[in-house]
Amino acid sequence: MTELLRILENDARLSPEALALMLDKETGDIKKIIEDYENNGVILGYRTVIDWDKTNSEYVCAMIELKITPQRDRGYDDVAEKIYNYPEVESLYLMSGGFDLAVFIKGKTMREVAFFVAEKLATIEDVISTSTHFMLRKYKDNNVIFGAVPVDERGNII
Amino acid sequence: MLEYSNTLSQTAQKLKPSGIRKFFDLLSDRKDVISLTVGEPDFVTPWHIRVAAMESLQKGKTYYTSNSGTLELREAISGYMMRRYSLEYAPKDEIIVTVGGSEAIDLAMRACINPGDEVIIPQPAFVCYGPIADLAGARPVFIDTKEENRFKLTADELKAAITPKTKLLVLPYPNNPTGAIMTREDLEAIAEVLRETNIIVLSDEIYCELTYGREHVSIASIEGMRERTIIANGFSKAYAMTGWRMGYTLAPREITKQMLKIHQYAIMCAPTMSQFAAVEAMRNGDEDVIMMRDEYNRRRRYIVGGLRSMGIDCFDPEGAFYVYPNISKFGLSSDEFCERLINEANVAIVPGTAFGDCGEGFARISYAYSVEHIAKALERIEKFIKTL
Repeated sequence: MTELLRILENDARLSPEALALMLDKETGDIKKIIEDYENNGVILGYRTVIDWDKTNSEYVCAMIELKITPQRDRGYDDVAEKIYNYPEVESLYLMSGGFDLAVFIKGKTMREVAFFVAEKLATIEDVISTSTHFMLRKYKDNNVIFGAVPVDERGNII
Repeated sequence: MLEYSNTLSQTAQKLKPSGIRKFFDLLSDRKDVISLTVGEPDFVTPWHIRVAAMESLQKGKTYYTSNSGTLELREAISGYMMRRYSLEYAPKDEIIVTVGGSEAIDLAMRACINPGDEVIIPQPAFVCYGPIADLAGARPVFIDTKEENRFKLTADELKAAITPKTKLLVLPYPNNPTGAIMTREDLEAIAEVLRETNIIVLSDEIYCELTYGREHVSIASIEGMRERTIIANGFSKAYAMTGWRMGYTLAPREITKQMLKIHQYAIMCAPTMSQFAAVEAMRNGDEDVIMMRDEYNRRRRYIVGGLRSMGIDCFDPEGAFYVYPNISKFGLSSDEFCERLINEANVAIVPGTAFGDCGEGFARISYAYSVEHIAKALERIEKFIKTL
């Protein structure tokens, strides 16, 4: 049922009843499939896409490139664990190319982010270097384009 | 003071304004109404198609194309027809790129009709066929298709409507507003009736990519039918390209030759940037079509299921993006039902009568809207019918 997953990925608020109609299944079956996905860790959570720029809250986001010395047997996993457990870290990816880990963090101020990098990330053993890039504007996230709310401008025509 | 009524064309003056138009006027100043009336995709044209048009503008391709459209586009259309429907149309002289499917319908009628000819039009159907036939000097002959026949045209109904004056049969499937389709067997039966006649078929296949559960079959692919078939098609529905006004005709060269003369004098050529976009759609748009079709299909099941669960009878549509529920049991005329639905429940749907008198007792509901939007509308409809 990857179709079900794709639908939920776009709109997690659809009810099992609606999903059952859309997919020509029984509501009970849909509930069971979703529960199985949740139990198996295929579905890990349901979140809301928020444009914080439209609120009064102040925040900064940054992407930090880390170069790492991989460890024998454990590769990058140990370092990754030391990083992703910080609540400031929103996302963490192992990358191919010019650096190893991409860390996405969110803080209240640039100073807070800078200190986090200097004190928490740079000091981790095996981290060779850090390079911090502050995000200036979010255009698209989670497949959602940020900005104006689309209006249905289609004409009633015949 | 000029007396317009004595001056202007009697034919034009006698044309009735579209029934939907009158209904839409009711909506014009109502912001609180949830509408399920629109007959076009809610998707935006896929980005790579828009880019193709922008690039053509950047490169200054702002000239006229040849009358029948760029050869590149006609070749792409020809390739598409072969790939999808195993039908062969020569790019050189059997394809005309038109300003939307509407122009294709107009060309077909005007190229075939002599004054006094009859044009058979199954109804309910899109509203343009009768008026265009009128304008071409023909007499429209309507066949009322039946819900119990799944709104298909039957061989018997066709036989009964044919006279020595019959020139053209309009075949509007997949159908707006009913969502009915014609299967190969259905078309075989129609073809059997047509074989002994000189009747030409105008097959409006604008919704051919939007069928659910089975592939569209063109009557041109039935034995002996290609020579008498004009296919009107276009990019609006399949690729979400309504505003680009891109359509085409496919017909034997003898017919195309006549249509092309009308097109070249009346239109010259279809918009050039739209033609560049259309080439991109034909070459690289298959996945977009599948994505949109899958989405429409989910909404179709959702809305049919939703209507049935509140006790509204609804024929299972197999094409286009409309459902056509039977609302006769509520004891109101279609117009009354739809007007009260707007005034009392703030939901707009189109009365079936907008698509022919036989639409009495039915309404057209478009599902070219998000599921969330449809869900809100269904909730209101359910409340409304409980008050009846």
